[in-house]
Amino acid sequence: MNFPFLSVLTVAPLVGAVVVALLPRTRPALAKQVALGWSVAVLALSVAMWIAYQAGGDRFQFRESYPWIPNWGVRFTFAADGIALVMLMLIAVLMPLVILASWHDAERGKRNVPVYFALLLALQSTMFGVFAAADVFLFYVFFEVMLVPMYFLIGSYGGGKRQYAAVKFFLYSLVGGLFMLAAVIGLWVLGGHTFDWQALVDANFSTGAERWLFLGFFAAFAIKAPFFPFHTWLPDAGGAAPAGAAAILVGVLDKVGTFGILRYCLPLFPEASRYFAPLALTLAVIGIIYAALLAVGQNDLKRLVSYTSIAHFGFIGVGIFAFTTQAGTGAVLYMVNHGLATGLLFLVVGMFVARRNSALVSDFGGAGKLLPLLAGVLLFAGLASLALPGTAPFVSEFLVLLGSFTVNKTVAVIATSGIILAAGYVLWMIQRTTQGTVNPALASNEGMRHDMSLREKVVVAPLIALIVLLGFYPKPVTDVINPAVKATMADVGASDPAPAAGTTEAAR
Amino acid sequence: MTLTPEWYLLLAAALFTIGAVGVLIRRNAIVLFMCVELMLNAANLALVTFSRINGTLDGQIIAFFVMVVAAAEVVVGLAIIMSIFRTRRSASVDDSNLLKY
Amino acid sequence: MEHTVQFAPATGLLSGMWLLVALPAVSAAVLLLLGRRADRWGHWLGCLSVGAAFVLGLLSFFALRGQENRAVQLNLWEFISAGSFRVDFGLLFDPLSAVFVLLITGVGFLIHVYAVGYMEHDEGRRRFFGYFNLFVAAMLVLVLGNNYVMTFLGWEGVGLASYLLISFWYVRPSAATAGKKAFLMNRVGDAAFVIAIFLLFAQLGTVNFDGVANQVHTLSSGVTLMLGLLLLLGATGKSGQFPLTAWLPDAMEGPTPVSALIHAATMVTGGVYLIARSNFIFTANSTLQLVVVSVGALTLLIGAIIGCAKDDIKRVLAWSTVSQIGYMFLGVGLGGAAYALAIVHLLAHGFFKAGLFLGAGSVMHGMRDQVDIRRFGGLWKYMKITWVTFGLAWLAIIGLPPLSGFFSKEPIIVAAFERKDWTAWLFGIAALLGAGLTAFYMTRLFMLTFHGPKRWTDDIEHPHESPPIMTIPLVLLAVGSVAAGGLMVGPVPKWLTPVLGHEVRGEAVLAHSAITILAIAVTLIGAGLAYLLFRDGTATAPQPAGALVTAARKNLYIDAFNEAVFEKPGIFLTRALVFLDGKGIDGAVNGIAASVGGGSGRLRRLQTGFVRSYAMSMLTGALLVVAAFLAVQYGWFA
Repeated sequence: MNFPFLSVLTVAPLVGAVVVALLPRTRPALAKQVALGWSVAVLALSVAMWIAYQAGGDRFQFRESYPWIPNWGVRFTFAADGIALVMLMLIAVLMPLVILASWHDAERGKRNVPVYFALLLALQSTMFGVFAAADVFLFYVFFEVMLVPMYFLIGSYGGGKRQYAAVKFFLYSLVGGLFMLAAVIGLWVLGGHTFDWQALVDANFSTGAERWLFLGFFAAFAIKAPFFPFHTWLPDAGGAAPAGAAAILVGVLDKVGTFGILRYCLPLFPEASRYFAPLALTLAVIGIIYAALLAVGQNDLKRLVSYTSIAHFGFIGVGIFAFTTQAGTGAVLYMVNHGLATGLLFLVVGMFVARRNSALVSDFGGAGKLLPLLAGVLLFAGLASLALPGTAPFVSEFLVLLGSFTVNKTVAVIATSGIILAAGYVLWMIQRTTQGTVNPALASNEGMRHDMSLREKVVVAPLIALIVLLGFYPKPVTDVINPAVKATMADVGASDPAPAAGTTEAAR
Repeated sequence: MTLTPEWYLLLAAALFTIGAVGVLIRRNAIVLFMCVELMLNAANLALVTFSRINGTLDGQIIAFFVMVVAAAEVVVGLAIIMSIFRTRRSASVDDSNLLKY
Repeated sequence: MEHTVQFAPATGLLSGMWLLVALPAVSAAVLLLLGRRADRWGHWLGCLSVGAAFVLGLLSFFALRGQENRAVQLNLWEFISAGSFRVDFGLLFDPLSAVFVLLITGVGFLIHVYAVGYMEHDEGRRRFFGYFNLFVAAMLVLVLGNNYVMTFLGWEGVGLASYLLISFWYVRPSAATAGKKAFLMNRVGDAAFVIAIFLLFAQLGTVNFDGVANQVHTLSSGVTLMLGLLLLLGATGKSGQFPLTAWLPDAMEGPTPVSALIHAATMVTGGVYLIARSNFIFTANSTLQLVVVSVGALTLLIGAIIGCAKDDIKRVLAWSTVSQIGYMFLGVGLGGAAYALAIVHLLAHGFFKAGLFLGAGSVMHGMRDQVDIRRFGGLWKYMKITWVTFGLAWLAIIGLPPLSGFFSKEPIIVAAFERKDWTAWLFGIAALLGAGLTAFYMTRLFMLTFHGPKRWTDDIEHPHESPPIMTIPLVLLAVGSVAAGGLMVGPVPKWLTPVLGHEVRGEAVLAHSAITILAIAVTLIGAGLAYLLFRDGTATAPQPAGALVTAARKNLYIDAFNEAVFEKPGIFLTRALVFLDGKGIDGAVNGIAASVGGGSGRLRRLQTGFVRSYAMSMLTGALLVVAAFLAVQYGWFA
């Protein structure tokens, strides 16, 4: 089957965005329905792609290539390995749910409703592009263009300090992108005047050049991910963005950073990756502990969730730079699971915020008595976020820590202490918002009288189901990820250490 | 003392210098304008001279282009000066610094 | 290790052992997902699922007896796999799992039935039974897993369920805090446990019980010690042992059946199970065993001392659990034959502790949920069944022959005296002392609650006995308290031999009969002392006391220590970091932005708006360019 999945998936949401944007402003309901229908159709197409993908087949599948700028050798090249595939799938799954969850978000500020949904679809298009690109230049273009819809989503539809947050998000990412642009040009000059990923992987660079190029890419990805100490834009952006956009921002968009490290930094610059691995591991481990402690100290639910994500990105960073199959698989799986769990957490927090018109923890208290079901879902999302066994994030966190322990015990042990802190910030948040005596201001609040509506149930149910399913049976996803991670580790030239003791025949 | 092309170049340089100094020290917009024209014509003279030295017509053709552009510029420039003079009753360039910062 | 451990694949009835977990798990899911629609019949479904699991457990137990290889496993599906790492979602049914399954589902079932009555007037009864079923399911995963990851899955599942149940009345701030505390302290242990799993994989390349058991002899002694200490820390977390003991007494914030379930059938026994299951690791290193024994001995004394000073009926029982689990740790630490003794004590304890807690619940039920034993007294006349059953459980726990506590505890004391060197005296005397203290505080509790003058608060007129649905489980548990120890002390160790190894007994430093007499004597002394002191009741207000009693009332300052060393600095660190992040890191980011902005503002001043100054700069620029051309032309820089 040679259907051009990737280019169609990239273009389709963009067409949808144009259609939705052109709908009359006076008919917001129509815009919502069209946007939802469109995203569901994209999801259906993605599912078809998932089915068509052969887990044990070639590393890159669905390859397409069209000429673009022949003078520089730039082409529209799309191809997906297992890592990209799961990320594409994650976007496709999250987008309809986010649209459904944001049903009334745009109306609140008397903003243009169709444009909001058009921006979401446009964002989806650029994210598909960034994960599907197999041409470094094309990747760079999507990497930057992706900022634009998100900028408007935060700046026009957010709350609080939305202008400040949007500008900060945009400029910070742009600065990172600038480093990457320099590195991309350097890559072209030194790598034989091509932007083709495969050709560049085969190219040889001098040690010094490789390290500089690595740093250029890594700067962009470390800001995007974000790693400590480049993280401060995320709490602002996550705190100001509307809940749906925040779920996409943290759930998927930031994964471009870690994805980029896996797809570009490691295979293109294996020597530099190994050289800088201690640095990256240090940043990641600091991030885990530091962001977890900060999350404990937050009084704004959305900022709190943003900080937890920074801690989680620390885990992903540890998994990537440990250079073992287990840790790598865990890191990629973490990217998916974190998208589901934190996406859910953001959406649920959004439901609370929509009722209370405030994201401050201190404005809640005892909400569980009024909204038992919603509080239960918040608890579930929190438990998934702290990687409780039985939820999907456990599997990934376990693999990350297991894999990194085999090569670097110190890092793994410090990172493991992060799971205690994770329990701390989640439970402390749960306690302050949903448990304890009911805050009198809540009891008199009109919004707090309505527990979850059918729409909200439809939003959370698929995520909960996926989190539980992948928590007990992650095989469908790991089977796709495993070969890609193995290939990446082979690119880096790393191999798993053998057991230190024990007899080989009994190891089975 | 033969009239070699170098003399024309010296004349062009002198005209250009006069124009440049005029732009720098005079305030009246019209005078300024005439000085700018002087510099343009100095450049034209240099172009024609080089054309003569090299024995090609390229420089002369470019000089024509410069004249056309200068004519167009005069039209626009005089119109601006007129409208400024009408609103401010002054043709001094130092009085109108609205485009600062 | 001469014999290799091999698990046979499950066949016949045993291949349905996944149902043991699935029944309560599905029931929990149904109860929690259906919501109010299940309110009317939810509690019966909850009981039914656990009852059915018990029946299935019994059938599986008998099926296992008929097996040649008494360890069968069932690998359901590939759970986690990456590179050379692979674990299955696999269950193992062997003698050790079997006794735990029977305890969990059997005693658990009785507690479920009891809770139907106890929670009758609570609007959250359906939710309660949902959590209850979840608890049982998680505990069954814990004891049925055939690898450490599965155990960990159940391990954390139990932690979750206990969190949910302890903070069941989440509107109370104290309950919410207690639940959080339990989960957090458990997580500390869990982190150690999971690191132990990593270490196993890094060293041996497998985390399956059989694989580890067969290769453990290849580990260096340092690694074994590390591994054991990590597992031990995990076990102390779950079992409320020193140093992670502080959450267990606070767990009393939950409804009383929760306490019974946590303390008798599930949760706290998890730590003992883990050490018994990992006996091949612990036996391999004598330093490790010494540490386990020390933890056990220390905790049994801590629990007993604090238990003497508490006035809250449930907290006395909670500290008593801490103390009794200390005996079990002592047993598993002693190794050899004492492993099985610890398990026997665990089973016997399951009966009488469940009986005690449910009895306490019955008392509270009749006394408007009061818990202060100084405000009870003379209740024997009003709740006869509770009195008798509680009394039997009391006699059982203090270890009076021929009740079950005697048969299960006394051998552990004997075993403590069988250690090789002077430590025999140390731990033997500690165990004896613990027995005396146990007798003292339990007698105190019993006397103050059921005998002596009435010291009730004014709002209580006529305490009533609980309904049959609550008393029938009490009676059954009382029967167990009386008989279980005597019946089990013989066959259970034999039954467990395939898992825990053959009995090898050492020489005790004292004659066996002497130890027995001593044990009975200290018990009688403790009980007699308490009888004399408390037969006439006690003051209803707190009395001034000496340093030791004050310390015991304050939980030997364990909470204060945690607060001063972890909580306060933690809060301070968090605040400092929030400040640092806002002013430092984000300040640097904003500072760079501000300096770029400020610099641009300065540069902007160059645009004066004066045409002639622009012309000047253009001229200057042109001259510079010309100068540069000339410079290059004449090679001035060459």
